[in-house]
Amino acid sequence: MSAVTPIVRLPRLETTGRVAFHRVLLSEWTKLRSVRSTKWSLGVGFLLTMAFPVIFSFVTRSHWHSMSPHERADRHPLDIALAGVNVAQLAIAVLGVLLISAEYSTGSIRSTFTAVPKRLPVLWAKLIDYAVVSMVLMVPAVLVSFFASQAILTNIHQLQISFTHAGVARAVIGGAIYVMLVGIFALAIGAIVRNTAGGIATFAGIFFVIPPLMNILPLSWNNAISQYLPSNAGRQLFALQHAAHTLTPLAGGLLFAAYCAAAIAIAAVLLVRRDV
Amino acid sequence: MIEAHDLTKDYGSKRAVDGLSFTVRPGIVTGFLGPNGSGKSTTMRLLLGLDAPTRGDATVNGRHYRDHASPLHEVGALLEARSVHTGRSAYNHLLALAQTHGIPKSRVSELIDLVGLHEVARKRSGQFSLGMGQRLGIAQALLGDPKTVMLDEPGNGLDPEGIHWVRNLLKGLADEGRTVFVSSHLMSEMALTADHLIVIGRGKLIADTSVDDFVAHASQKVVVVRSPQLERLREALAGPGVSFEAAERGALEVHGLTAEQVGDTAAAAGIALHELSPQQASLEEAFMDLTRDDLEFAAEVEAVA
Repeated sequence: MSAVTPIVRLPRLETTGRVAFHRVLLSEWTKLRSVRSTKWSLGVGFLLTMAFPVIFSFVTRSHWHSMSPHERADRHPLDIALAGVNVAQLAIAVLGVLLISAEYSTGSIRSTFTAVPKRLPVLWAKLIDYAVVSMVLMVPAVLVSFFASQAILTNIHQLQISFTHAGVARAVIGGAIYVMLVGIFALAIGAIVRNTAGGIATFAGIFFVIPPLMNILPLSWNNAISQYLPSNAGRQLFALQHAAHTLTPLAGGLLFAAYCAAAIAIAAVLLVRRDV
Repeated sequence: MIEAHDLTKDYGSKRAVDGLSFTVRPGIVTGFLGPNGSGKSTTMRLLLGLDAPTRGDATVNGRHYRDHASPLHEVGALLEARSVHTGRSAYNHLLALAQTHGIPKSRVSELIDLVGLHEVARKRSGQFSLGMGQRLGIAQALLGDPKTVMLDEPGNGLDPEGIHWVRNLLKGLADEGRTVFVSSHLMSEMALTADHLIVIGRGKLIADTSVDDFVAHASQKVVVVRSPQLERLREALAGPGVSFEAAERGALEVHGLTAEQVGDTAAAAGIALHELSPQQASLEEAFMDLTRDDLEFAAEVEAVA
């Protein structure tokens, strides 16, 4: 017989602390940086934002001499500079959904809510951490996109535009804000749906399926309704010219932010009420 | 201290926990015993505020779990279902939880060493075996040096050495005056670990008793006898509530009588006994007896449905 196993002693913890919001922020930051999928989504979003304008700029430059005047008139330097935003939004939307849906699919939400049983600070912290990281990456990405594409197109006079030209700085930074808001909207959807596939499908439905469906409606209806869809309202943030049936950048941006706020409000109510 | 009062939880039309009232006291290990599906895990989720009760109330250390300012210092919980992001390492999982309370990194490393996960702490926890996942869960439960420890089936997936370790850990925690509440579906394990038992079946309280009483009660009722006149003995002992089973090497297992009753009856009838031993090993059976009615009822309900 071996000797009796000694009683296992748990080392004491010298200090005790309370749950505080700045601590939840730090905790959610640790979670965000410690999972591969979030790093990949952010990295892909960041790189795509810059890669597409660079590629399009080179393609445009090499084909410029063979383009008809009509086709040339159709090119706009900001469309090229912000081409990546349309692609990056998908990667960022997936990230937004995953930031919370993965907690439900893996069950880690139960650990999270035993540590922070009031629950709401977790949602606010996820939103803030994500929004800050998103802006820190996307603002440089759109600036690089703009100046890189302008540099590549430097010999094409028609495609040169100054950063200080009216609305240009707003559109470029607006592209970054748009991507950030897309992620916020997706995060709220993820919190409501609590399922990765369902969250991404819901987002895709709202952003990529419903808008083209509007074309089936009579034109007068389409014109009246389409501008108020979340995607169309949001994209005014980085549109330079706006057509007859689109909102102004400010109105569109505010409306999209309001959609985000509404989705967050629903998510917050459900987060507190539902069993996990 | 854990207090449940009339705790009830419905999922749709199914009642998972049914009017449960009990108190779990500090300084001892309290076993929470019931067959699989009897509502143990649901009860623990209700105690932790993860699920909201349909009716009734539960407090831990005098407050609703949600109202604690430092929940991890009050209660440490190991939940049965996996509750770790599979893509995150054990270290980062614990660190993120620790950070919500300002618990230092050194504590995370300390707990990882305590449960023996040092080698794999930086690996994605999705690659963990069941036993490693269980050790991580135990580290999580102890992270905040909590006054109350609540573990759902801590023995799951652990090897015998690990189970032994957990048993000693729980006793140590109770010795320090903490409240220790451990669920299991194995009576034999609880008999070795717990001082007090709360037994439930189909969401209802069946027994709230000390382990000593339970063991005494259970072992009184099964006796193994060996006799050259086994048939005569069987006739002499027969009566309401008494049953027999053949034991190994020609012995007879008598259910429903104490060793004293069997011995006295044999002496009165002039039957020689070669062995008369009350059975300590029948705890599992006593537990089964206690919960059988509920299981039978469950089987009937399912057969009808």
